Amino acid sequence: MKVCVSSSGNSVESTMDPRFGRAAYFVIADTDTMESEIIENTAAASGGGAGITSGQLMVDKGVEAIITGNVGPNAMNVLKAANIEIYRGESVSVKENIDKFKKGLLEKITNTVPSHFGIGVQGGQK
Amino acid sequence: MRIAVLSGKGGTGKTTVSASLAVSVPFCQYIDCDVEEPNGAIFLTPEIQESIPVKVPVPEADMAKCSACGYCAKACQFHAIAVVKGKVLVFPEICHHCGACVIACLNDAIREVERTIGVVEVNGDGTFLQGKLNVGEPVSIPIIRELRKRMKKDVPVILDCSPGASCAVVQSIEGCDYCVLVTEPTPFGLHDLKIAVRLVRKMGIPFGIVLNKASDSSRLIHDFCRDEGIELLMEIPFSQEIAESYSKGVLPAQNDDFWKEKFEKLYEKIERGAGK
Repeated sequence: MKVCVSSSGNSVESTMDPRFGRAAYFVIADTDTMESEIIENTAAASGGGAGITSGQLMVDKGVEAIITGNVGPNAMNVLKAANIEIYRGESVSVKENIDKFKKGLLEKITNTVPSHFGIGVQGGQK
Repeated sequence: MRIAVLSGKGGTGKTTVSASLAVSVPFCQYIDCDVEEPNGAIFLTPEIQESIPVKVPVPEADMAKCSACGYCAKACQFHAIAVVKGKVLVFPEICHHCGACVIACLNDAIREVERTIGVVEVNGDGTFLQGKLNVGEPVSIPIIRELRKRMKKDVPVILDCSPGASCAVVQSIEGCDYCVLVTEPTPFGLHDLKIAVRLVRKMGIPFGIVLNKASDSSRLIHDFCRDEGIELLMEIPFSQEIAESYSKGVLPAQNDDFWKEKFEKLYEKIERGAGK
């Protein structure tokens, strides 16, 4: 299964970024093989529509589930339309979050945070 | 003669200065371009006669023609479209109405539909105009554009701008003959004033500074004006009397001949500065 974790850095050892749309990086990993692809999020600093761009990226990459902290309303609309599941990760490394996900320890997110919630927040810190 | 009043920092006195000019300059037109929070009407108490909705075109996809190629989403600089599992998701609030998606579509599947984002309000003789952006809307430019279309050509026009130095201000001051930069003697006032100065210099518009809430700290602004060779047009003191009447919706120039004359003088300086 292809999952994506919002990440504060460019490795699987980096701490999860609690923001989805404006995450610094995305780590997309196959849970069976643990092969991963790391993408710098070009939408992180965009003026608007970061959630939509990030959501579209997930769709284009064929991601089936996302592990992150907070999802805004626009990103949620895109992800819902694509039937991508969202799980609440913890403030630990990307790798540890994927391990927890595989063990079924992460809860599903269905609610959103307000627009622009993650603007001005440094990656990985609340 | 088109005069724009801007400041950089909010709350320095743009409306005080522009509305005071409006009551001091005969036969002028006042336009409140601060469409997120227009407040000139509180002082000028116009009778609004006409309210014109401002509409913008936003895309709508005809799914019978759409092939879900995603070109519309890629063309959108503002990320207002996503194409997901054969569906086109449009986020109308984020759209900037440029029409790129319509051009990018290979199947002629996108048409534009109208959406109201606010209003332009006008008094009986068109000497007072204000724009109002609906709450929650992020794009104010179309409303400012509508206001500007209604600028009079034969009388002085005073444009009360929004704070900051971004698109809304650029749109408001473009083509103006003179800019009045209102500031206050605080580090924040100076910081944002510097940004506003860079903007008007870049746009090549003659300008001068009005120092409001002048106090013991005024040197901050005096030094800046002297070092930069900028004309300090006028000073309004940090006065309890002015603040009290302001809190009742009365401008300094409305209840006091002293201040009315001061603003008439300000207008003369503006005319000279604009070379008109």
